[in-house]
Amino acid sequence: MADLGQRLSRRTVLKSGAAVAALGGVSAFLAACGTAATPAPSAAAPTAATPTAAAPSATAAAPSTAAAVTFGSNYSDKVPKAAMQAVVDAFTKSTGIPVTVNTVEHGKFQDSINAYLQGTPDDAYTWFAGYRMRFFASQGLATDISDVWKTVGANYSDAFKTASTGDDTKQYFIPFYNYPWVVIYRKSLFTAKGYTIPATIADFTALGDKMKKDGLIPLAFGDKDGWPAMGTFDIINMRMNGYDFHIGLMAGKNKWTDPKVKAVFAKWAELLPYFDPQPLGKTWQDAAGDMITGKAGMYFLGTFAGEQATDKTVHDDLDFFPFPSFGTMYDAEKAIDAPIDGFMLSAKAKNVDGAKAFAEFLATGPAQLVFLASSPNNVAASKTADTSSYSPFQKKMAEIIGGAGKIAQFLDRDTNPAFAGPTGMQGFLQKFLGDPKQDLDKFLTGIQGFYDTL
Amino acid sequence: MTQPVSTSTPSASAGGVLAPSSPAKRRRSRRKFSVLTRRDRFTLLFMVGLPAFIHIGLIWVPTIASVVLSFTKWNGIGGLEKIQWVGLQNYSQLATIYQPFWPAVQHNFIWLGTFLFIATPLGMLIAVILDTNIRGSRIYQSVLYMPVVLSLAIVGFIWTLMYRPDMGFINNLLVAITGNQSFIKSGTAIDWLGDHNLNLWAVLVAAGWRHVGYIMVLYLAGLKSVDNTLREAASIDGANARQTFFRVIFPVLAPINVVILVVTVIESLRAFDIVYIINKGLNGLELLSVLITVNIVGESSRVGFGSAIAVVLLLISIGPIIFYLYRTMREQPE
Repeated sequence: MADLGQRLSRRTVLKSGAAVAALGGVSAFLAACGTAATPAPSAAAPTAATPTAAAPSATAAAPSTAAAVTFGSNYSDKVPKAAMQAVVDAFTKSTGIPVTVNTVEHGKFQDSINAYLQGTPDDAYTWFAGYRMRFFASQGLATDISDVWKTVGANYSDAFKTASTGDDTKQYFIPFYNYPWVVIYRKSLFTAKGYTIPATIADFTALGDKMKKDGLIPLAFGDKDGWPAMGTFDIINMRMNGYDFHIGLMAGKNKWTDPKVKAVFAKWAELLPYFDPQPLGKTWQDAAGDMITGKAGMYFLGTFAGEQATDKTVHDDLDFFPFPSFGTMYDAEKAIDAPIDGFMLSAKAKNVDGAKAFAEFLATGPAQLVFLASSPNNVAASKTADTSSYSPFQKKMAEIIGGAGKIAQFLDRDTNPAFAGPTGMQGFLQKFLGDPKQDLDKFLTGIQGFYDTL
Repeated sequence: MTQPVSTSTPSASAGGVLAPSSPAKRRRSRRKFSVLTRRDRFTLLFMVGLPAFIHIGLIWVPTIASVVLSFTKWNGIGGLEKIQWVGLQNYSQLATIYQPFWPAVQHNFIWLGTFLFIATPLGMLIAVILDTNIRGSRIYQSVLYMPVVLSLAIVGFIWTLMYRPDMGFINNLLVAITGNQSFIKSGTAIDWLGDHNLNLWAVLVAAGWRHVGYIMVLYLAGLKSVDNTLREAASIDGANARQTFFRVIFPVLAPINVVILVVTVIESLRAFDIVYIINKGLNGLELLSVLITVNIVGESSRVGFGSAIAVVLLLISIGPIIFYLYRTMREQPE
């Protein structure tokens, strides 16, 4: 009897041990696979089950008892965070729907976006137009807001609607503001030295030679972070080969080994003597500082470079012009990079009606102006925004964006993020800048080879 | 793992294999005259199960999952059914198309070599000098140990400021010494962290700065524990300082030497934060740990590809691990 009991117990122990091990294995395997183990089916349930879904009139003026909308924001810096809070407060005041803002540091927000959208995301969240929006829409991580667009569509130009549309022709994005990539300079420097704004690339190099003689770096440049050089590639490519070729290249329809792309890098190498010769140790903030303090004459960057001019008189002294034309057939399209920041609704949104009401509010000019009051380096995306309150800096931005025939989003927003990432195009562009005289055919074959592995 | 099995009787081998802990032994002696009660079994299960659960769940399963994932293509979105098997494709792409890979492997080995042959011996040398009770020994110790309490991220930040081409301490020191302003002028200044031929060495100076202090403290603790009679005996036998150290002290400190070797290898292979703070591990500062992170984290998740790089790092790490385990297991029976 004792013998039997002993054997039994030993077997049980073994079995249980195995069960424990197996259990541990499964759960840890799930953990190892990240949050991806929560598949789509579970996402459908909560949206249908929320109490607010039963009240389709939530978009109309809501009672003060309305369910709160949760909002994930990457506006983590002090000034934009306060501005975003002001926008949220204005929404709550006009609709009575409370909003819970969940602010995450913007770098971290971007790094954890996949896990965030598959886990327990907020109803609405801040995001970017272009491929990055279309990617999440096509992965089923965004809520279709075409119905919101039916209401707010009149607020936007067609270019913005296109930028908000997914591959399935539905809308997933609410544009909030944008900013152009332009050549920024200090008016006082240009007046003092008698410089004139270059319209063509020949004027530009002539001006650059003059600046060099005056002991200036013609174009400030910093690419330590990897992405600022993308803007330079974008603009030279669009000037030489046109917007359609550029977007085709971003989408993988055109090849990096195309001689047209080689011509872009050859031209860039030719222009590099006018750029800061040591860009790889500098951040964009350092480079903007060079332009602001008068070490460099100009700086090609998004107008957010103005953030570095914290002194108002210095900011008022800043002006800018579009990148010069190259004398090609594409000069007329005046293409620029003007990335749009805005909002999306997560596929798992609990309070869909409240979130849509919020999206509708964010699509209006007044809401965008509330935010822009403290962000003088952007312009409202809605064409109905009252521009009379704009600073001259903002008026000029609106003018340049309005005058652009074609608007791209920026390399890292127009193509696969894995391709644009640190060991993709960021690394390749740094490699080019580190050795611009290298064999370009080999260089471009490397880029295309990497693209093809994705 | 092997020892408990050999000491246990056949009837208890089940418990012994899973838990090399003393409670198992106690149970065994009781079992001779009574069957296990329900509570005993529960306790046993708990004591065996919990460590097994934690160990298997937190170490083995993720490791094996990484190895398995390295043969797949997956962007981290959607369920496990979206994983595609691609065989060895990730590895072949690593070796042929993915350009940062070989530089990263090379940088990891340069890092290891620099620590092993320069930073660690320097730390040991300083420890030996400080052990002779020179005047102000404690002050030197504190100064050298100071960087160790800083995280590598902070070290990276401090040295980024030191290395700045225009305003940094080092280039301005060069100007002060040579009187030549070109050391801080844009274009001619030494771009310590931006020049891809130079920045790895600049970072190694920063990382070594911290590592030397770490090794110094470890070794100093070892030296303090050496029985003084050994030194006296050596000096009576007419050994000079060098002979005393290499023939007597160094062999006596064998266990500490192994620890220092292992610490050096670990510190070299896990280097990540300092380069990530400096320039995100790009442009000459690529390391395997960085490549794993940039491939797996963020929007651009390439989980399978990143796992393949992780497996390469695992294979590199296994060598020192086996060496360490071999040493400790061999020494135990003595």
